[in-house]
Amino acid sequence: MPTAPINLHAPYKERIHDALHNKNLKTVLNRTVGRMSASRVAAMGAVDGEQLRRQVRQMKEYVLRNLPDLLEQFEANVEENGGHVHWAQDAADANRILLDLARRHAVQKVVKSKSMVTEEICLNDALEGAGVKVVETDLGEYIIQLAGEPPSHIVAPAAHKRIEDIAAVMQEKLDMPPTLDAEVMCSAARASLRREFLSADMGVSGCNFAIAETGTVCIATNEGNGRMVASLPRVYVAVMGIEKLVPSVEDAFLQLQALSRSSTGQQVTVYLSMTSGPRQPLDVDGPEEFHVVLLDNGRSEMLARGYGEALMCIRCGACLNICPVYREIGGHAYGSTYSGPIGSVISPMLAVEASEPEKLPYASSLCGACRDACPVMIDLPRLLLDLRHYYVQQGAPSWLERQAMQGFLKMMQSRKLYEAGGKMGSLGSNLLASFNGGAITHMPPPFSAWTKTRHFPPLARKSFRELWAERMERRKSISGREPGEG
Amino acid sequence: MRPTKQFATPPRRVALFVTCMVDTLYPEVGLAAAELLERHGVEVVFPYEQTCCGQPAFNAGFRDEARALARRYLDVFEPFIRQGVVDAIVVPSGSCAAMVTHFYSALFEDPSMAAERRRAEELAVVTFELTEFLVDVLGVTATGARFEGKVTYHASCHLLREMGIDEQPRTLLANVEDAELVDLVGHDECCGFGGLFSIKNPEISTAMGRRKCLNLEQSGADVVAMCDVSCLTHINGLLGKQGQHIRAVHIAEILNSQVDVVETPEELPRDEAPASVSKPPAAGGQPRRWQDVR
Repeated sequence: MPTAPINLHAPYKERIHDALHNKNLKTVLNRTVGRMSASRVAAMGAVDGEQLRRQVRQMKEYVLRNLPDLLEQFEANVEENGGHVHWAQDAADANRILLDLARRHAVQKVVKSKSMVTEEICLNDALEGAGVKVVETDLGEYIIQLAGEPPSHIVAPAAHKRIEDIAAVMQEKLDMPPTLDAEVMCSAARASLRREFLSADMGVSGCNFAIAETGTVCIATNEGNGRMVASLPRVYVAVMGIEKLVPSVEDAFLQLQALSRSSTGQQVTVYLSMTSGPRQPLDVDGPEEFHVVLLDNGRSEMLARGYGEALMCIRCGACLNICPVYREIGGHAYGSTYSGPIGSVISPMLAVEASEPEKLPYASSLCGACRDACPVMIDLPRLLLDLRHYYVQQGAPSWLERQAMQGFLKMMQSRKLYEAGGKMGSLGSNLLASFNGGAITHMPPPFSAWTKTRHFPPLARKSFRELWAERMERRKSISGREPGEG
Repeated sequence: MRPTKQFATPPRRVALFVTCMVDTLYPEVGLAAAELLERHGVEVVFPYEQTCCGQPAFNAGFRDEARALARRYLDVFEPFIRQGVVDAIVVPSGSCAAMVTHFYSALFEDPSMAAERRRAEELAVVTFELTEFLVDVLGVTATGARFEGKVTYHASCHLLREMGIDEQPRTLLANVEDAELVDLVGHDECCGFGGLFSIKNPEISTAMGRRKCLNLEQSGADVVAMCDVSCLTHINGLLGKQGQHIRAVHIAEILNSQVDVVETPEELPRDEAPASVSKPPAAGGQPRRWQDVR
């Protein structure tokens, strides 16, 4: 039985609840997420991981500081190589550009290499709406396309599916005989995909990084499908966020290192496909036309609002794999294209289709494991805190929450109120606890959110300060000397 | 390593920032911390004006409110340092210590608050988490504690990742006599508390906590020690509800559970100890057993 996918458009609470109560999802998350994290730790440990992180960080800082210049340099070089560069302000812009290209070239079928940015702009829907057939060619992405689901992980789109779920989908959609043999399943997908590659008119990919000094779009894959997408069809279009640039070829390989080691724990991905322009007269293959769509979709505003650090992300997924929240709920529960800690930061700011993205900055215990795992050392907890602050400034918290915070502040600003509050709290909570064997087991909302699954201890009968004062009093009477300050 | 003051001679007096949670919920932890410090030759001063460091407000995004409490903290503790009454501030909590040493400067980031930022930074270098102070400043590696039972350690997130403190508590625990240290799978994974996170996202918080409890169960430990009573509240809340036998304790309670107590006048007479204070060690050379905790 396939995993019931989480409805991305359901309210936040419902999504979380469904995800937490999905047994198959739990199984698969327990299996894969920890393993991916362990691979990263091993791969980063095999080299001077900290040095690598510092270098990538430095490079990405340079990129952000010089973004306008690098973009222009990249554009000039792509065009010099015979390619075309399009600037898209938002998702609608980008989709229009791609639809125009498809129309102009009488495209009936598009093959795609796995790409988060085209998920972000819902490109498949736009193309299919115009009657163009779209085929995802990354195995994971292909599986979820067959299942009619969105990706649940930045690098492993089918991370929410068990092999049993995958087999069921493939049996249904590809006439595959019943099997759980991964090799047989791969062959079935391969046979089917090969036909699609050979009959496609246009290839569309995202971009892992693009080299400004040469005008080169790079895609890293493990299946070689990226190379087919970029070289077999007549037209190849790469869609990339404006932050994906690296200055030089050396920088590209630096980022590839960090990406490979942090995402899948490989030294390097099996394939790195680099496209600098269309087929030249003496080339044996390659597209007749090469286009790059540079997408903003909220990115320059992120930079302007002080969240530029999040634009250093290289989409490796390390923060998802280490996140204790992601491990419990998976990617779909986030209700956005981008999940995990980085998704919680960028989803509210990108013009991305997401349900209640303003809830995401609170979907973190701020444990900081993501920051330690991030190959670019992005301070994700800090960015989440900044977003929470932003929402408070916007007046987003409920009236009750704001009142509670004011009450809390008032009490904590006055020793008298604090001590009186403590006394009352002690009396009340001990009374409550006395009915339940010493622990508070039931509280009214909103605290019932705690007591539903957890006990709460009653406040001490005597606070530390009371005990301390008594202690000082005793010490004074015994030794006859003055107690310490305070 | 974070920048801290290097003391030419060991500090003789410290101010205890006991934290509001220890003050109101776990006074025995505060007393254990104070006794530990005193036993190592450090006099403890308790500034009564202290309340909360502002962490709950800061984490919820209420920065103006957090800043007001940060100012209060500076106003309360700064004179003790400035007038030389104490040499350092000691906090028996990783997250409150992180708030004071790490996030206050973020609260006063605005150029118009440069003066307060400087004040915060000056206090940050003399503010220490309890085990950090014992090991790094006093050079203590063993507190002379005896504790009978299997003990494991949970690394609280802010202590581990903001403060970079991990070896210190582990060293101290490893040197507790009779205690058998056992490994904890996922020792550095969040327990799911996260302050208001536990109320705003109760289901996720609980799922994270249950995973922690499962790992605790499998560790075979009798008690799990930690340097933060907020994690302790969450873990014990879950363990209690689920009827599990293992208990979370603050590390100070273990490090202070010793038999050869030097008879000092400030020692709490046993008959006067209130119910919420953990019992002083049994007399007659019997090591304190884990069952005695709480």
